[in-house]
Amino acid sequence: MTAPATAEALSVSPPATSRRRARDGWRRLARVGESTPATVGVLIILFWLAVAALAPLLAPYPPNATDLAALAHPTPSRAHWLGTDHLGRDLLSRLAWGARPVLVIAPLAVLGATALGCLLGLAAGYHRRWIDLVLTRACDIVLSFPVIILYMIILTTFGSSAWNIVGVLTLTKAPIIARIVRGMTLELREREYVAAAKMRGESALYIMLVEILPNARGPLIVDMCLRTGYNIIIIGVLGFLGIGLPPPDPDWGGMVKDTYGMMSVWPHMALVPCAAISSLVIGFNLLAVGLRELGLRD
Amino acid sequence: MTDAPLLEFRDVGIAYATRAGEVPVIPALSFRVSAGEAMGLVGESGCGKSTVALSIVRYLGRAGRLVRGRILFEGRDLATLDDEELRAVRGRRIAMVYQDPMASLNPVMTVGRQLMEVPMIHEGVGAATAHARAIEMLREVNLSDPEAVMARYPHQLSGGQQQRIVIAMALIAEPALLVMDEPTTGLDVTVEAAVLDLVRELRRRRRTAILFISHNLGTVVRVCDRIGVMYRGELVEEGSIRQIFTDPRHPYTRGLLDCLPVLGRDKRYAPLVPIPGQLEPALSRPPGCGFAARCIHVDRARCTSAPIPLLPRDGARGHRVACVRATELAPWARRRAEGTAADAAVVSDPVISTQRLGKVYHARSGLFGAGRAAVRALRDVDVVAVRGQTLAIVGESGCGKSTLAKVLTGIEVATDGHVTLDGAEIGRLGVDGRSRELRRKLQMVFQNPDSTLNPSHTVGYAISRALRRLRDRAPADPSAGVARLLEVVKLAPQMAARKPRQLSGGEKQRVAIARALAGDPDVIVADEPVSALDVSVQATIVNLLAELQAARGTTLVFISHDLAVVRYLADHVAVMYLGAVVEFGRVASVFAPPYHPYTEALLSAVPVPDPDRQYARILLEGAVPRASERLRGCPFATRCPRKLGAVCDDTPPPVQRLPGGHHIACHIPTAELETLQTALVEPSREER
Repeated sequence: MTAPATAEALSVSPPATSRRRARDGWRRLARVGESTPATVGVLIILFWLAVAALAPLLAPYPPNATDLAALAHPTPSRAHWLGTDHLGRDLLSRLAWGARPVLVIAPLAVLGATALGCLLGLAAGYHRRWIDLVLTRACDIVLSFPVIILYMIILTTFGSSAWNIVGVLTLTKAPIIARIVRGMTLELREREYVAAAKMRGESALYIMLVEILPNARGPLIVDMCLRTGYNIIIIGVLGFLGIGLPPPDPDWGGMVKDTYGMMSVWPHMALVPCAAISSLVIGFNLLAVGLRELGLRD
Repeated sequence: MTDAPLLEFRDVGIAYATRAGEVPVIPALSFRVSAGEAMGLVGESGCGKSTVALSIVRYLGRAGRLVRGRILFEGRDLATLDDEELRAVRGRRIAMVYQDPMASLNPVMTVGRQLMEVPMIHEGVGAATAHARAIEMLREVNLSDPEAVMARYPHQLSGGQQQRIVIAMALIAEPALLVMDEPTTGLDVTVEAAVLDLVRELRRRRRTAILFISHNLGTVVRVCDRIGVMYRGELVEEGSIRQIFTDPRHPYTRGLLDCLPVLGRDKRYAPLVPIPGQLEPALSRPPGCGFAARCIHVDRARCTSAPIPLLPRDGARGHRVACVRATELAPWARRRAEGTAADAAVVSDPVISTQRLGKVYHARSGLFGAGRAAVRALRDVDVVAVRGQTLAIVGESGCGKSTLAKVLTGIEVATDGHVTLDGAEIGRLGVDGRSRELRRKLQMVFQNPDSTLNPSHTVGYAISRALRRLRDRAPADPSAGVARLLEVVKLAPQMAARKPRQLSGGEKQRVAIARALAGDPDVIVADEPVSALDVSVQATIVNLLAELQAARGTTLVFISHDLAVVRYLADHVAVMYLGAVVEFGRVASVFAPPYHPYTEALLSAVPVPDPDRQYARILLEGAVPRASERLRGCPFATRCPRKLGAVCDDTPPPVQRLPGGHHIACHIPTAELETLQTALVEPSREER
């Protein structure tokens, strides 16, 4: 049930004012609380966001400081709550600092991929004909490439930096978004309100961005959440393959790579960052599940 | 009426669980259907009639719950049956027919196997017996060549044939009760007429009781003995067909009858009287009569204090009414607001017209698009709309009327012939190529209220954007313009802040009309603007269009399949069949003999909500030719009941011109048509 028009809404201001839009946004956010999975997901994500933001305060040691004394017993102790890695670096500190690049790169890459994918998908689905053919084939080519090999080629050629990782992820994920958006555009372009927009002489760009895109946002937002989770995994994989963020700064994937050889002796060194990756991915997945559930209820 | 009812609802209450809490959709409902009787349930959408149908076979789903009362079938409480017993009752003793036949048929099984399954599962008979029974049943539902039909898949049959198959499936187990939920709503009028006649015929032959649920009073009359009128989950009036149609005692029943366009009505002689207000959601149920808020006869003190029981009327057997003022109301007569009887002067100031307009779609077929099959959606269409008047385009689905609307508005472009607007040729101008002035002059109102407004935009944005794009100078204060346009379509200015999902279907359609009016157009093309609306809402929109036209002098091109609405609203009518105009003329001459044989069949098929005016139907046999065929003769020749012979198949029919701009494309001389056509005389002519 939607709330009836309030006294404030009575003032006739056709394009929603920014204040009202903000309030609408908050009301929609508050609805997340109606879904248990979404709430749990948001709590997990907020936890890691807090950890990343407060890393300088939370981390008991500098992330790259080595404690040679701890090397004898790198397991969790009073000095090192989560233990240390094979070089005596405090795992808790590295985990907290390592949350930062992940939580910046993954969402940035999703935003990039969504923006690019939306443009491609809208253009292909709205114009059809040869534009559709060219764009769809181009997307298919990217999608048919074994991605890991593609990552290795690009990142070894251009060097691995945060920006390059964002770029690679944008490039390889945009075709998937484009395909989703194209499908929805094909359906939405036949709606009568699109015909009405054409009849008042709106430009193709206006129709795509103002008439069609907002009505595709529901599935897109869900997909963005899921894809953020996938991106976190990929960033981990890149780190594990040694083409992630350059050492020595902490990176969850890189932490696994450095220590998985010691799995049989000190399993905690690899398992702690693994658990961090998993929990964050699960958080985004739960949020996606919850949002889909809420969307279906409308 | 026998004493032991076949089906009895005893004080039944049904509620749906929603996020806002449990909503009592049906508070307390009691009625009975005797063996062999046909009972109709009518009401507008949201009145709970489908919930009643579903509750009988316990199909309410997880959200619905029987909160009180009992549903008795053959004396047994259906709620107490276990799954096994329920299965035996469903299909075997109670059969259901729903609105969409495709949803009831399995697309991957042949029709024959689906039919044979019923007796094989319910009665355990062998395949050979079942096959014989199925063939017999198909013959009974008037399907020619049953052997061939048995081997087909559902998608290979037409909508009318599919619904016949569903009816055959329902009846093959010889159920005691047949529940039909809007069985003809999705069908064309001529097909609907045939299906209704079939149901009537089968009922007479088999003595099956029927619970017939419909929003259309005209279809109920054809089939039923008794009617129950529902409003907000309650039965407000119940009685025999004659009692309800000649002496309705409940104000809601009267309102429904008053707002219904029937063939004899015309905007000048008998304006529709819409029911004021709108259906309130079932969430809150004030004490007393649910209809009180919209009732013109309301007496607040008595109507809104205590629950109103459904009481029998003295001296009228079986007639029950839930209204405290039932006996006080004056005898009912069709309400007619006074109108000027002067016929509009015959002026011919054509605004928009078409000359030999043709539209061919090239559907791609074959592996490499080699065999390009041309679909001829419009064939040599000649129509004229006169300034300030209404041109109606009627015809059944697939006749090309929507394509005509698209070509007029530039959403599609013509492939042959011309479209002339104020003397300028616009047939080849797509919307993108049209000037702002041209777009302003010609606007469109669409069919589907749920897709006509963008769900992401507010009403105010939709209208102000149209104002900005269609006016030469952007208005200084767009919100004032929005409020003014909302006022024109009788909506409060506060509506501007709403999103489409907060509006009812009728409100959405009014916003769409306001949006089309933004540029103050000369011509509005309205493609089935009321066909998705309830009758009472339909009446308000139709009246609104007529009023706007009278006030602004707007020319209306009104596309519809509903002849009663067309008769009511139009000044000129074009009847289309298979992309061609078979008859064109002033509304009074098109709706009076001589007719084109197709117009005659259409008119005879229109359901008439009056038990005393049931005319003989002209049933159309034969198949509609495919739109891709190149026709040598008359497009209607394959189904025409008055076909002369080979000349109809081989020679295009001559366009016979009668006085007053009336054209009929037919080989039969119009004088002969006029003498032949005595089947249906327009009722209004006797009444006036």
